[in-house]
Amino acid sequence: MVTSPEARRVGLRFENIDKRYGGLYALRRVSLEISPGECVAFAGRNGSGKTTLLRIAAQLVNPSAGKLTFSPAQTGASPATKNTGFVAHATMVYDELTAEENLLLFARLLGIPEPAKRVESLLRDVGLFERRDSLVRTFSRGMRQRVAIARALLHEPSVLLLDEPSTGLDPQGANWLAETLWRLHGAGSTILMSLHGESEISALATRGIRLDAGTVVADTQNGANLRSILTFASA
Amino acid sequence: MSLFSNTSVLLGKELRTEFRSRELLTTTVVFILMVVVLFSFTFDPTREESRRFGPGLLWMAFLFAASLMLQPGFLREQTNDTLSALRLSVSDPFAIFLSKLCANTLFLLITELLLLPIFAVLYNVPLLGVVPQLALVLFLGSLGLSVTGTTLSAISAQARMRELLLPLLLLPLLTPLLIASTEATAALFAENPALRWDWLAFLIAFDVIFLTAVWLFGEYLLEE
Repeated sequence: MVTSPEARRVGLRFENIDKRYGGLYALRRVSLEISPGECVAFAGRNGSGKTTLLRIAAQLVNPSAGKLTFSPAQTGASPATKNTGFVAHATMVYDELTAEENLLLFARLLGIPEPAKRVESLLRDVGLFERRDSLVRTFSRGMRQRVAIARALLHEPSVLLLDEPSTGLDPQGANWLAETLWRLHGAGSTILMSLHGESEISALATRGIRLDAGTVVADTQNGANLRSILTFASA
Repeated sequence: MSLFSNTSVLLGKELRTEFRSRELLTTTVVFILMVVVLFSFTFDPTREESRRFGPGLLWMAFLFAASLMLQPGFLREQTNDTLSALRLSVSDPFAIFLSKLCANTLFLLITELLLLPIFAVLYNVPLLGVVPQLALVLFLGSLGLSVTGTTLSAISAQARMRELLLPLLLLPLLTPLLIASTEATAALFAENPALRWDWLAFLIAFDVIFLTAVWLFGEYLLEE
C-alpha cells in the first residue's frame, strides 16, 4: 500500500497565519516551512495553539489571516482529502458502530481498493481483530485511540497530523505506533505531531517547534535542543 | 469516489446507527401519536370537522416531529468530532449533507406512514381513494421540511443555545411550505378530492430552490 517516497513527498508552508476566536488569538503570525518528508514535533503548554495549527494544516479550520500552501500544489475541491491523516483529541469514530464498521465506512469513503482486506490488516496491526465486532462505545480509552489511529492510517497518507497520539495507549500500543510512524516516515510521509514530553514517538522527530501563546518561540533541528523543547513542554 | 457513492455509503451509516439505536424514530413516533390521539379525544370531531382542521393538525404534528428528529442530525457528529473525519474522507462535502437529508426524509416518511392509518381511523377521514396523491404531497412536504431542517441543524449545531436556535430559525422559514402542504392535503381530504397543482408546484419550487442553495453553499455550513 505504501507508494514510492517521491510520490508521497508533500511539504507545507504556513505564511503569517493568524487564528482568532472572537477577540482571542489562538495563533498569531505563524510562519513555518515544513519540508517534504520532515517529522516535526510541536510542543507547548495547553492553549499554546498546537491543536489549532494542526487543524489548520488538516484544512478543517480556516485561518483568520495568512495562507497555507502545499507543495506540490494540491488540486481539487477538497485538497486535504485523501492526502491527510489526522488523529485528534477526539477519537473521530462512531461509538454506535463496531471497530470494523467504522474502519470500513472510512475506507469506502476514501475509495480504498479492497477495503475489507485493508481493514482486516489494520485491525490485526492495532491488536483489535478479536474485538472487531464490538461496538466502539464498549472500548477502553486506549482501544478507542487504536481505532482512531487505524482510521487515520487507512490510506497511508502523505501528510500525517497527530495531536498527542499516544494518549491512552499502553506501552505496547505506543511501540506499535512508533514503529508504524517510522515506516511511514521512511516511506516519505510528512509528519506533524503535538507532544507532551519525550516518548517512543518523540524519537522520530527531526525538528522541534515550541509554541507559546500562539506564536513560535523556538524552532530547532538540533538533537539536544529538540529534547529540551519537548521536556520543557512536559515540565 | 463520486458524490453518489459517498452519499450511499454515508446513508448506509445513518440507517445502521438509527435502526440500531432507534432513538429518533421511537421518540418521534410516540410524540406524534400522542398529539393525534389527544386531539381526537379532546375534540371528538365529526367527519366534516376532521376534513376542515385535520390537514392543519397533521402538518403541525409533522412539523413538531421533524424539529425533534432534525436536531440531533449534526449534533451526533460533534460528540467524537466525526464530522471532521468525514470532511477529511469525502471527495465532495455535499455528500455529508445529502446523506443526512435522505435519512431525515426517510425517517419522516416512515413516521407519517405509521401515523396516517391511525389518523384515518380516529378522525374518520377516508384516505384509501387518495393514497397516491397524498403520498406525493407528503413526499414533497417532507422533503421541504428535511432540506430546511437539515440545513438549519448544520448551522445551529455549532452555535450556543442550539436547542433554541433550530426551532427559532425553522418555524418562520417553513411557514410557506406548511401552508402549501396543508392546502394541498385539505384538497385531498375534501368531499370531492382533487390534487391542487398550484400548491404542488409551490412545493416543488420550494424544494428545488432550497436544495440548489444548499448544493451551492452547503460546504460553508460544515466549516468550523
